[in-house]
Amino acid sequence: MKWILQETIALTMRSVRRLSRERISMVFGLIQPMLFWLILFGNLFQKTAQIPNYISFLTGGVVAMTVLNSGLSGGVDLLFDKESGFLERLLSAPISRNSLIYSRFIFVMGITSAQILMILLVAYILFGVYPLSGLAGLAFILVVGLFFGLGLIAISMTLAFAIKGHGNFFALMGFLTLPLIFLSSALVPVQYMPGWMGFLAQFNPMTYAVDAVRSIILGGWLWTDILKLLAILLVFDVVSIWASSRVFLRQLG
Amino acid sequence: MQTHKPSASKASDRPAGREGEAPSGYAGGGGDASPYKRMKAIEIRHLKKTFNEKTVLENLTLDVEEGEVFGMLGPNGAGKTTTIRTILTLLKPSEGQVKVWGHDVETQPREVRQVLGYVPQEKAVDRFLTGREHLTLVADLYHLGKTEARKRIREVLELVDLTQKADDLVNSYSGGMKKKLDIACGLIPDPKVLVLDEPTLGLDVESRIRIWEYIRRLQHAGLTTLMTTNYLDEADQLCDRIAILDRGRLVALGTPEGLKKGLGGDRVTIQFGPQQDRLEELAGSLRKELPFVNEIKVSPASHELEIRVTSNEEALAPLIQAIHQHRHPILAIQYSRPTLEDVFITYTGHKIKEDSALL
Repeated sequence: MKWILQETIALTMRSVRRLSRERISMVFGLIQPMLFWLILFGNLFQKTAQIPNYISFLTGGVVAMTVLNSGLSGGVDLLFDKESGFLERLLSAPISRNSLIYSRFIFVMGITSAQILMILLVAYILFGVYPLSGLAGLAFILVVGLFFGLGLIAISMTLAFAIKGHGNFFALMGFLTLPLIFLSSALVPVQYMPGWMGFLAQFNPMTYAVDAVRSIILGGWLWTDILKLLAILLVFDVVSIWASSRVFLRQLG
Repeated sequence: MQTHKPSASKASDRPAGREGEAPSGYAGGGGDASPYKRMKAIEIRHLKKTFNEKTVLENLTLDVEEGEVFGMLGPNGAGKTTTIRTILTLLKPSEGQVKVWGHDVETQPREVRQVLGYVPQEKAVDRFLTGREHLTLVADLYHLGKTEARKRIREVLELVDLTQKADDLVNSYSGGMKKKLDIACGLIPDPKVLVLDEPTLGLDVESRIRIWEYIRRLQHAGLTTLMTTNYLDEADQLCDRIAILDRGRLVALGTPEGLKKGLGGDRVTIQFGPQQDRLEELAGSLRKELPFVNEIKVSPASHELEIRVTSNEEALAPLIQAIHQHRHPILAIQYSRPTLEDVFITYTGHKIKEDSALL
């Protein structure tokens, strides 16, 4: 147990150090979701949308999209480690295989939480979007992000292991991301979607993450709704972590 | 094709891991497990590995003794890396058994990892970390305490001459420096056995010699080293014993000297003038008269005798004298000692670099 802690901290610190040396990528990682989705997309569609305050509505979607992007790229470092041979070095050390996974979860969720807070801050400063549930709601939004992110990171790491070559990995990620966004309630409420899209959106965990965040921002403390949505996300986590661990065990031995 | 060469498996006489010596500094020396008798650092028994029904390693059996530098030699695709990865617990044997320091790789992977230090083939370093940060990471992965880690890192940096550059980003390191850092990482856990996969692949001459020097120094401190290489000179210079692998099979095993001697000794090729037609007769008398002659091959067409002598230059003078006494004027004479290249060709039937396009 003490060892797992030492390993996990060491591996997490490695990611932190890397990030601190890739400042440009850090800055753009933080700015991208709010600039693109919140400011450009939000303002553009504010007028045409039939939703009274579209930007407040969109904020929940942007939070979930950020989690989606970070989560799905959570396996990228692992992929590069695999290709550079660094992973071989890590795996030949007497470490628990779980430490590798924990450290990714901690690091990616830490970054994602920072991004979420930035988005909410900018949404507040520029557009006056303030969660009805207050500051405690902020913490709960982070919890939703965590629940959604966990499963995504597991999927991403699994793909990083299973797919040959980072070119294929990025192609698949690029292919997955936009459909997952459009087939969710991130940009439009499900009831406004064409029937078949709304139908598919029900099976997209993203929809539940968006609804949960949106409910906290626009609806305040609607406990039954929030808990129901969190339970659905939890099922998503359990399923994807279970599936990933099977792939991992086969690959890592 | 022959298999193991029993005559060649003479134990080395280099100062490898003597029990009486206190192995200080860079290696634990393995004194604690059985202080008085040499133990097997690695035992491989009937190891077989197949990938998707393709056999890449067939019935490999060999031992690496404590304190020796053991080399696995072979072209790309010979099965060296598969063997290494199995020893490192990164691959499971399809059949057979592998033990490292007495621990089975399948049932006790954690114990095996704990006693091994690994230096991968690629320069597996993270360019966004400094040298010291790398070593600190590795120290944590092997569960070293803070003070212990600091001391170890200092020692290892000194050994590979990286103290000055320790706090620079790896991005700014040259290829040779990256390799040195790689080796330093492998040494951090104070391993019983250091595993080096192609340690000098793609390095310049100076760095290669430097790395050979480290390996020798570590051996003096008692460390057991298993390395793969496809440089024959490297195996010849560094290794106490070598195993030659070809297409997944062990084709020869022994000391470099033993393997070379096993070819039948040094070769003297003597060229006579075209008027000489009594070469067979000459060969017969030389065989009778000279005890150090192992074998003589006569090539009447080119008027040549190829004579294998016990590997000693002292054979040359008596040989020439004997030929002189038989009144055979010599046109040219060539003396050569067998190289590992000859050994390799003899056992595998081809040159080592033939199918390794990357070199």
